[in-house]
Amino acid sequence: MTTPLLAVEDLSFRFRGHDQDVVQNLSFALGRNETLCIVGESGCGKSVTALALMGLLPSDAVRFGGGRVTFDGDSYGIEDAGRIASMRGDRMAMIFQEPMTSLNPAFRIGDQIAEAVERHRRCGTEAARARALEMLRRVGIPAPEQRLDEYPHQLSGGMRQRVMIAMALANDPEVLIADEPTTALDVTVQAQILDLIAELQTETGMGTIMITHDLGVVAEIATNVAVMYAGQVVEYGSVQAIFDDPQHPYTIGLMSSVPSLTGPHRRLSTVPGTVPSIGQMPPGCRFSSRCPFAAPICAERPPLAPIGGADHQVACHFAPLETMQERRA
Amino acid sequence: MAQPATPQTIDPQSAADPVLSARPENRVWKKFRSHKSAMLGGFLVGFFILMALMAPILPIPDPVATDWGAVRKAPSAAHPFGTDEIGRDVLSRLVWGARASLMAGVVSVGIALLAGVPLGILAGYFGGWTDSVISRCTEALLAAPFLILAIALAAFLGPSLGNAMIAIGLSATPIFIRLTRGQVISVKAEDYVEGAHATGLPTHRILTRYIFPNILPPVLVQATLTIATAIIAEASLSFLGLGQQPPAPSWGSMLNTAKNFLSQAPWMALWPGIAIFLVVLGFNLLGDGLRDALDPREH
Repeated sequence: MTTPLLAVEDLSFRFRGHDQDVVQNLSFALGRNETLCIVGESGCGKSVTALALMGLLPSDAVRFGGGRVTFDGDSYGIEDAGRIASMRGDRMAMIFQEPMTSLNPAFRIGDQIAEAVERHRRCGTEAARARALEMLRRVGIPAPEQRLDEYPHQLSGGMRQRVMIAMALANDPEVLIADEPTTALDVTVQAQILDLIAELQTETGMGTIMITHDLGVVAEIATNVAVMYAGQVVEYGSVQAIFDDPQHPYTIGLMSSVPSLTGPHRRLSTVPGTVPSIGQMPPGCRFSSRCPFAAPICAERPPLAPIGGADHQVACHFAPLETMQERRA
Repeated sequence: MAQPATPQTIDPQSAADPVLSARPENRVWKKFRSHKSAMLGGFLVGFFILMALMAPILPIPDPVATDWGAVRKAPSAAHPFGTDEIGRDVLSRLVWGARASLMAGVVSVGIALLAGVPLGILAGYFGGWTDSVISRCTEALLAAPFLILAIALAAFLGPSLGNAMIAIGLSATPIFIRLTRGQVISVKAEDYVEGAHATGLPTHRILTRYIFPNILPPVLVQATLTIATAIIAEASLSFLGLGQQPPAPSWGSMLNTAKNFLSQAPWMALWPGIAIFLVVLGFNLLGDGLRDALDPREH
């Protein structure tokens, strides 16, 4: 990989009042025109990671243990709130999960997009409005001239998510963080939104971090995949590597819990149990309490965390899994 | 890559549904109009406002002109509502008194809004120490009953209509601080506020454009209802001699003098009493109607 657009090294933080990290030693690298998918079940730290990158975690609630971000050659600490704030909404933008509630109900959508533009580019109201119109057109909203003056409640969910995208991309960000942008939408609209993001990405060359728990989405759009479990990346690699040769037991569990249209019908497998709460993390591998292959060492010593950038890495004492199969046999 | 949208099919619902496609103001207005008691309230309030505004041009006698030949006369053609203890026309005093009452209601609530809403926003948005200090002071003020507080403040400031308004306004402030604070706390957790942070908007813009407009509906409802309370408070203060000073008319001070002549001249008390009742009823119905019309759950 050439110099990445955005690289994060060893991001760790915890919430005040807890003695365990909610996100631990997270590293990844994202190139221009690439999409990194962060997958994992609910409560494993995907969204807080996104908020941390955007500097949106309340500083009085969070203690950072470490984390260096290199963004387009500039390196800064994750706790450097001022630095992040200066890029937020301009060079780094974010789309949220809930399009229904993510727009201010008291303002016309045109004004909301224009406001984002005015804030970051010192341009007049007219220019900002023109830009808002252009963005609405680009995200495929019909009759954008009229929509500009409509209120959020007059739009459907899919439309609103388009508006959110228009707003996020209005300042041509280099990195777009999308936190489950399609979860709240109908399946048909989901596909349109994903296509739209992919299309805009090819146009602008931005890097996209997509947070999702939908492996179908991942297979479709990801360049690289980071599988997160309980605040740690347990497996990291290119989308081919992850899908063709999943190594971590958790990744395998996730894959086999996806229904398949082809192939024999079978009972869907599940990963039994839930993510342990932050106070009850096992001292060793955090997945050991649910892992079907757990051995004594798993409960004692945490495996090494994957480092971003390499082609395929796994945080498991027994990776690659084949070695364990041999050992068992 | 596929064409990004199939535009017309995405959004059939909002185009078809007249309620959804209307602007929020229209929607609220529509709902308000279909609300019978709210319309009655609006009518009552409108009537009194009109009466107060038109006082100078109505064909009525001077409200402070005395007529010793017609002291405490029962309603008649010359004085449809009767006269008071020094021969002043009760109808005329009632009409001019509406000015004092409505003004007291509106101005004191204005004062309460101006003081309460910003403090509530500060407390709710910033939390922590700011919130603790503001909230404790609010609770201290709320511990004293509204009217007692108003009387104490009015007595402290000195008897005049202006001071009565200030006293009532300050006494009503804690209600607005509380209400605003609660609303801000719930609105600031909304996704669009987080989105505004993500867009990189500065705090003052978030407060004025994202928080303020979205806390407004319940505050407006409370303001309307508080006008009713404030009118009663003004009448009470005037009744006690702490509000409008004689000879200028006010409903409360009319009641104050009328109480001495209840058996001889009941009309002196009846009309201002009815007026207070109707205008307070009007504001209450109006406030209830607004609350229903602005209720987001029913959208």
